[in-house]
Amino acid sequence: MANENSTNETHHLRNITVIWLILSVIVDLLFWFLVGPHVPPGTMTSSAKGNQFDFTFLCLMALPVLIGVWVYMGYAIRIWSAKRPGAEEPMTGPNARTNKTAQVSWIVITSVAVLFLAGFGTVELVISQGSGGGEGPNPIWTPPGATKAEAAALTPKASWSANSNQVLTVQVIAQQWKFTYRYPQFGGFETTQLVLPANTNIAFNVTSLDVIHSFWAYQLDVKADANPQQNDVAFTQTKQLGSFTVRCSELCGIWHGTMFNSGKVVSEAAFMSWAQSTEQANAQNTADLPPFAWTYVPDANGAAGGYYTDGNVTPYSTVEIYGSKQSAP
Amino acid sequence: MSMRGRLATVIGLFLVAVALAGWGVVSFIRPGVPGGVMDFTQGHAAGQPVDLTAQTVGAIGFGPHPTWVSYLVKDPSTGKWVQDTTWKLPANSVIDMTILQYDSGSPLRNQEWGQVQGTIGGTATLNGTSYSAYNSNTGTGVGHTFTVPALGLSVPLIGVNSSDSVCGSAPCMTSSPHNTITFSFKTPGPGSYSWQCFVPCGLGYLFGNGGPMSTLNYMGGQLEVVQ
Repeated sequence: MANENSTNETHHLRNITVIWLILSVIVDLLFWFLVGPHVPPGTMTSSAKGNQFDFTFLCLMALPVLIGVWVYMGYAIRIWSAKRPGAEEPMTGPNARTNKTAQVSWIVITSVAVLFLAGFGTVELVISQGSGGGEGPNPIWTPPGATKAEAAALTPKASWSANSNQVLTVQVIAQQWKFTYRYPQFGGFETTQLVLPANTNIAFNVTSLDVIHSFWAYQLDVKADANPQQNDVAFTQTKQLGSFTVRCSELCGIWHGTMFNSGKVVSEAAFMSWAQSTEQANAQNTADLPPFAWTYVPDANGAAGGYYTDGNVTPYSTVEIYGSKQSAP
Repeated sequence: MSMRGRLATVIGLFLVAVALAGWGVVSFIRPGVPGGVMDFTQGHAAGQPVDLTAQTVGAIGFGPHPTWVSYLVKDPSTGKWVQDTTWKLPANSVIDMTILQYDSGSPLRNQEWGQVQGTIGGTATLNGTSYSAYNSNTGTGVGHTFTVPALGLSVPLIGVNSSDSVCGSAPCMTSSPHNTITFSFKTPGPGSYSWQCFVPCGLGYLFGNGGPMSTLNYMGGQLEVVQ
């Protein structure tokens, strides 16, 4: 009797495994070829492409688990239904609870899966230089040439040219309720437009002039918190031409919902043309901007910016006051 | 105290806390004054520009927040000043805007807003003199801006000299010190476009962006552009 039960169990396990395997391969292949290329956030940048692969890969791993549950459920309903003539009695009780093979298999399979996913996630984060996420002021994973470009950005001689494999530094300045952008390699001009060259490593340096915001360029797969007096650096490499949307993803006040704009990835030549013409057009205002810095202290000298809820006036600061060059009194 | 007394005290305090929290939430979301929509489409002939006149004052002087800074708009049909910041405008039309700036100025938190952007010709006029950018660290500084982010429109409104007898409550008359800023812009297709001041002028609020900066009918509103 025991041998007969054992044979039946083996038989059922084999049936379920075969059905599960065939269905999993079919569904995974369909997902890979039909859905995979359309998984967000697309392929506009290296980080977007990396995340698309990650999402697709995780789905490919999750689908067999889902199919396994459904196949087992379907098989049980079909084969072990009590209404079915000649249905076998399900094996329950101590035999099921003390089955070492099942228990060890469960622990090993889930442990391997979790450890593998942890390793996979870490590797993906490293090889994509942070996967488009803000890495803080001292990023660990940087693309080649980023450190040099970032250091040069603070000097008046910073420059960038097309087809040079240089990293383009872009400063994202958040304020209630608009993002503005500074280009230190083009004289430090500031603009409300975000234009990027294709096939270029971009270093986004994100900061805020007031409260906490978050810079989220969805199609670029770049997302970094914008904190006052903090520089949050995120990297990506542009791959495709096109438009993308920038939104603030941190609730920042009444007009938070209007804090968005669109940006463009254009050819390197078109970018050079835009940057040079904007630098020229904005020259008068650029001369009035403070020197380029990673962070700025919100002004404490007028326009109510200096008055805080405690009713005190924050004292003047001689440095880094955004938009103010006058000396301390 | 008896158990019943303790229980009554705890429940009473809880109800007071709930009432206070509810009052705080309602006070926060309630607009400062009931606002309407100022209609600039009535009687507008297609192809003709629309005249829109507004003023900014350092203190509105009435209503629930008399000390708050505010915009006012001139009703095109009656000529009266009204505290409304939702303006209905015709689509694809030129808006000739005049802003009487009665408030004093200061350096901008972000000098980017010292630049005239998105107007026809890329300029505005200050008391008749054309300008495309204003260094807020000089002169009388910038008091406010009129900015419609979605249209890329932004004009710095240069402040009056704070040592002059600045108008203290609305509506201000042209006999008070003021700057007249004019510019034109073209409305896009139908839609709702928010506008705001980019000078954090909410005195007494964190970073100056609460109070009048976060309440409709003071320093921000909507352009309701209709066909």
